[in-house]
Amino acid sequence: MTIQFKDESFRGDFSYANSPSNIPRFPFPFPEDEYMYSTNIEPHHAARAGSPFENAFDVDEHYVAEMKDRALVLAEDPGRCQALPHMETAGWDFVELVMVSKARDYPDLFKLTMDGDRWHWINKPLQIDDTFTFGDSSTLPCHPMEYIGRQVQGDHAILDQRDGNLWLDAGIITAQADWSLDFDVGMNFFEWHAPVPLAHELGVFQRALKFLLTLPQGQPSRRLNWTLTVNPRLDTSPENYPKWGPDRMTVTPENIGEKVHLRVELQTFWRLPRSNAILFPIRTYLMAMNEVVTQPKWARRIHRVMRDLRPELVEYKGLSRYHPILVEWLSQFDDGAPTSPGIFPD
Amino acid sequence: MSESIIEESILSRPTYGTLKIVPGLAHYFLADASGAECVIRVVQELPRDMMDKVHILYVPTPGEAALITSLYALGANRFEHFPTIEEAVGKLGEWLSDAKMGTQLYLAGTEGLVGQGVAKGEECGLDHTAVQCEHRGSLARRVQCVHCKTMIEDVTTQPVKCPSCELLLFVRDHYSRRLAAFQGVCINAEDPTEEIEIKEVFK
Ligand code: HEM
Repeated sequence: MTIQFKDESFRGDFSYANSPSNIPRFPFPFPEDEYMYSTNIEPHHAARAGSPFENAFDVDEHYVAEMKDRALVLAEDPGRCQALPHMETAGWDFVELVMVSKARDYPDLFKLTMDGDRWHWINKPLQIDDTFTFGDSSTLPCHPMEYIGRQVQGDHAILDQRDGNLWLDAGIITAQADWSLDFDVGMNFFEWHAPVPLAHELGVFQRALKFLLTLPQGQPSRRLNWTLTVNPRLDTSPENYPKWGPDRMTVTPENIGEKVHLRVELQTFWRLPRSNAILFPIRTYLMAMNEVVTQPKWARRIHRVMRDLRPELVEYKGLSRYHPILVEWLSQFDDGAPTSPGIFPD
Repeated sequence: MSESIIEESILSRPTYGTLKIVPGLAHYFLADASGAECVIRVVQELPRDMMDKVHILYVPTPGEAALITSLYALGANRFEHFPTIEEAVGKLGEWLSDAKMGTQLYLAGTEGLVGQGVAKGEECGLDHTAVQCEHRGSLARRVQCVHCKTMIEDVTTQPVKCPSCELLLFVRDHYSRRLAAFQGVCINAEDPTEEIEIKEVFK
C-alpha cells in the first residue's frame, strides 16, 4: 500500500481534512456510551490491519504536512524542544526505536542500513538521506531527540526513571493539547498531572505510575486520550493561546460540524534499552464532527458521551463555550438504538 | 511574624515545613526578612563549636538593619547579605559549587525566595532530602508569563498584567520547581473584550 501524502495546513486556511478512506481508521476513543477517566492502558500489540494500532509508529496521509507544521513551530519557539543534559542516551534510544520500527513496518518509505555504528538512514517522504555514527551526536545536525522527533508524527516526551518516579526531562512538543513543555520540564509524574481534575482522587495516577515503573522492554503499552479543538489546529499550546483561544468564540450551530474537531491522542509507552527511560509518543489525530458522524455507531455514541460528560471535564477540556450547542447538534444523529461494544465502526 | 497557612491545592504546588537542624558537614542558610527569625531560632540552638559549619545568606528589606545585626551576631563562619534574591541565590550557587556530601540547605521566607533556593540547590546537585524549607511572610507569588516567558516577581493580584507583553494573566496554582514560579496564562484570550476586575488575593 502506498500512502498519498496530503499537502495541507493546520493553521491559516486550515486545509487539513481526512480522505474518506482515512475516516474509518480513526482511533475513536470511546469504547462505551459514557466516558470517565480510568487507567485505560493496554498492550500495544498489532491490532486490525489498516488500523492505527497495526504498526509501532503509525504513518498516515498527514505525515508530511505534520512535519512541516512542526518545523514552523520550532522555528518560532525553540523552547518546544528541550532535553536536560542527562537525556542524550535516551535520545539515541529514541532514534533507534523509530528507525528500526519504521524501516521494518514501511520498507517502501524508510530504509536503515547499519554497518557497525555507521548508520545510513533514508526517509523518502521527507527526502532525507543521512549517514551518521550511532551514539555520536556530533554526527547529527542537532540533538538526537530533535533529529528523529522532526521525522515522526506526534509529540514525544522522554521520562527519566529514578526515586520511584518518572521525570519529564526531555521532549519535543509542538502539537499539544494546552500544556507547556517549557513549564513542565523536570517535573515528576504527579506534578505534571497536577492540573487534571478528579483523576488523582480516583487513584488513576497512582495506578498508572505503578504500572509504568515496571514497564518491561519489548512490551510497549498504549492508551487513548481525547479532547475537542476548534479548527484542525495542531499547535494548541498555552504559549499561543491568544492565537487559538478566539476560535472558540466562532462556533455556531451552522458551522459546528466543520469547525469542531475530535482530537484523539494515541499515547504509547516504551521502555528504552540503554537509558532505562520511557519514551512517551503522543500521536494526535484530528477529525471534524462532520466526518465523525459519517459512522452511525460513532455518531450515536459521541452524542451520549458529550451529553453526559462530567462538568469538571467540560471545564478542564475547555469546551464550556460551545458544549451545549454541540450536544444539541449531535442529538440529530442519535436515534436511541444500542451501540456495539468497542471503538471500531460497525 | 506569624506562620502562614497555605490552603490545600494541587500536587505541583509546594508545601513547606519547619526548619530543623539535621546532622551534616555543612549547613547553608538562605533567608529574607520574613524568614530571618527562623534562621535565628534554629542557629541559636547550635553548640558554639558547630558555628564553623554554618553559612548564612540574607536578603533584607531595604533600610532594615536590626535583623542584619542579629544574624551577624550568630557568629556563623560566613554571613553575607544582598539587596536582591537573585544576587543572594547567585552567591548560594557559588558556595554550593564547592560543597561536599553531607551538605544541608535551609531556606526560609517568602515563596519566591524559597522556590529560587530550591531550584539552585537542585541545579547544584543537592538531593531534595538535604533541602528544608519554611515559608514565612507574604503569599506573593513569582509568576512566569507562559506567553512571553517574563518572570514577574511579588505578584499579589489575580489576575496580573504582564509588564512585558501586557496580557492579563490568570495566576494558576500549577508550579514549576525548576523555574521557581507559578504559571500565568492569559485570562481573556478567548474574548479579549471581556473586562476583568483585578483583585488583591496573595497577601
Ligand atoms: C508517562 C507519560 C505521561 C506524560 C508525559 C503525560 C503528560 C500529561 C500532560 C502534560 C497532561 C496535561 C496536564 C495539564 O493540564 O497541564 C496530561 C493529562 C492527562 N493524563 Fe497524562 N501523561 C503521561 C501518562 C499518563 C498515563 C499513563 C495516564 C493514565 C491514566 C495519564 C492520564 C492523563 C489524564 C486522564 C489526563 C487529562 C487529560 C484530559 O482530560 O484531556 N497520563 N498528561
